[in-house]
Amino acid sequence: MTRDEALFQFLLRMGDNTLVLGHRISEWCGHAPVLEEDIALANTALDLIGQTQLWLGLAGEVEGKDRDADRLAFHRDVWDFHNVLLVEMPNGDFGQTLMRQFLFDAWHSIMLGRLQKSADHRVAEIAEKTGKEVAYHLERSADTVVGLGDGTPESHQRMQAALDYLWPYIGEMFASDDIDAEMASAGIAPDPASLREEYDALVTKVLSDATLAIPQSTFSHKGGKAGTHHSEHLGHLLTQMQWLQRAYPDATW
Amino acid sequence: MKNEWPLWEVFIRGQHGMSHRHVGSLHAPDAEMAIKNARDVYTRRNEGVSIWVVEAKNVVASSPSDKGPLYEPSQSKVYRHPTFYDIPDDVGAM
Amino acid sequence: MYAQMIKTAGTSVKSREEMTEDERKFQDRIDADEKIEPKDWMPDDYRATLIRQIGQHAHSEIVGQLPEGNWITRAPTLQRKAILLAKVQDEAGHGLYLYCAAETLGISRDELTEDLLSGKMKYSSIFNYPTLTWADIGAVGWLVDGAAIMNQVPLQRTSYGPYSRAMIRICKEESFHQRQGYDLIRACAEGTPAQRKMAQDALNRFWYPSLMMFGPSDKDSVHSAQSMAWKIKINTNDELRQKFVDQTVPQAEYLGLTVPDPDLKWNEERGHYDFSQPDWKEFFNVIKGNGPCNVDRMTARRKAWDDGKWVRDGLLAHARKKAAAKAAAAA
Repeated sequence: MTRDEALFQFLLRMGDNTLVLGHRISEWCGHAPVLEEDIALANTALDLIGQTQLWLGLAGEVEGKDRDADRLAFHRDVWDFHNVLLVEMPNGDFGQTLMRQFLFDAWHSIMLGRLQKSADHRVAEIAEKTGKEVAYHLERSADTVVGLGDGTPESHQRMQAALDYLWPYIGEMFASDDIDAEMASAGIAPDPASLREEYDALVTKVLSDATLAIPQSTFSHKGGKAGTHHSEHLGHLLTQMQWLQRAYPDATW
Repeated sequence: MKNEWPLWEVFIRGQHGMSHRHVGSLHAPDAEMAIKNARDVYTRRNEGVSIWVVEAKNVVASSPSDKGPLYEPSQSKVYRHPTFYDIPDDVGAM
Repeated sequence: MYAQMIKTAGTSVKSREEMTEDERKFQDRIDADEKIEPKDWMPDDYRATLIRQIGQHAHSEIVGQLPEGNWITRAPTLQRKAILLAKVQDEAGHGLYLYCAAETLGISRDELTEDLLSGKMKYSSIFNYPTLTWADIGAVGWLVDGAAIMNQVPLQRTSYGPYSRAMIRICKEESFHQRQGYDLIRACAEGTPAQRKMAQDALNRFWYPSLMMFGPSDKDSVHSAQSMAWKIKINTNDELRQKFVDQTVPQAEYLGLTVPDPDLKWNEERGHYDFSQPDWKEFFNVIKGNGPCNVDRMTARRKAWDDGKWVRDGLLAHARKKAAAKAAAAA
């Protein structure tokens, strides 16, 4: 594996995370609990779609095979997707959506903070720009998790259920493999394991403000980042997202 | 039974140096969320650099029936306006 | 236009002699193009009519998110997806601004929402038609937003201050909506034969429902006469419909698409297009709840409202606890 091949994979991971999560969040448009939340969720989704264009755009450039961000987003199958499993989990209720958002935002913001010091200036520039957007995502999702966790008995119970359901998908964000090792040795991206301490401190603080109990299990699902074992959910998401491009391959939209 | 989020009035400063201006209202459970909601609702097109929110019930407004006594007296104070004074052209800019 | 068939409260336009002193002063202010503000005196019928009109307009924005939202997850490029999402998000914003304007008249947003969900209040007939293909999203932007703008631009001058200000903000934001729709359907019309077919099919299905948006002819309606005297309605339905047809036909021609009206032709003498009226029986059926999507639309809105209750209650409960703790600490 050359450095550029590893970088390509790394960029797909970043871009697929934002692509898949942005898609998930966009599913809420028109269906949120209150207008203000509907509008706020759409803003988050718009940020994530924009970030996808940057990450996948750079991925295509690094790959050098004439694939742009759209080509990569709409013409790969499940096994070529490299997002973590967490972001492809279904929306569930609003609480599950916001809990997933918070658990991802916390990782995302720490990751982007480190990437701003990347040895690859293109990566650093994207991290710089998107870091500001994600700082706001985190602020908002953390506040909502606290509000709902601490709110009524029903909202508390729903948030605890969401946390219990999503907790086994946290670990994958910190698992390192060959690609991560290559990125770390090149100074392009941090070793994911090195983000864990900061993440745990942040998440513990917010979840305890939310009066939620952190699950004891340390088990974690994996296979999304590597692309080898996605959940069944991703295929359905792609079926919808890619349908027009696949059904009319010769069309320009 | 009524559990509606309170109404907030939103004021936004468009650019540095300008005053905050009333732009509209929204609902939010508390002041912190009102600020965030204002950011999401009223600055989608890069409209602001600073936000104020005030819960609508705390806004004290003048009464429409007082319009005459409140505002008409100032109409006669024409000497407060620069155009009231005739300054000869020869004096230069003033 | 998003407010259709608004029944004006009261029975007829009063002559000056029939008016009370307050009513005369009120009408004089309107005739002098003064804005009426929330705390000003206003006739009960003016207030009631405005609540109906602004409320229906707001409901239309919110229900209007659904047919377009139907395609957000299937948008064919990242850019189209972002544009569509931003556009549908704007509709939510417009609903929000309008609900706030209605709230200045003494009704709450929750009450208005309940009235929509109970069927007591209506929304525009247009949103009961389905979006079946991607080109429909173009047709909605081009035709539906185009028709809405016809109505909304003059409403910026409406007599009620908060409504007028909401319309000014909405018009400013809407200016990209129609353009993105035309741009989208143009890409289809200039694309492959399959895309072209999609574009023509979208025009075929959305043409007459778009004409219905202006409502049936109201040149003899007393309701419209009163609303026009109050300047909460600026043009007659027929005027706006004609203007829409005159503007839209050349746009369709540019795309090489055929307006589905064999009797459509330019009338040199009138300086306008002659065109066929939509099927008003169908319109009244849709208004009554028998459009292709009425049930689905209301089910979706009710579900969002019911499923969201625990969230609204939860965040409010947390805010109250926080405020109580703060008060206790200060005491």
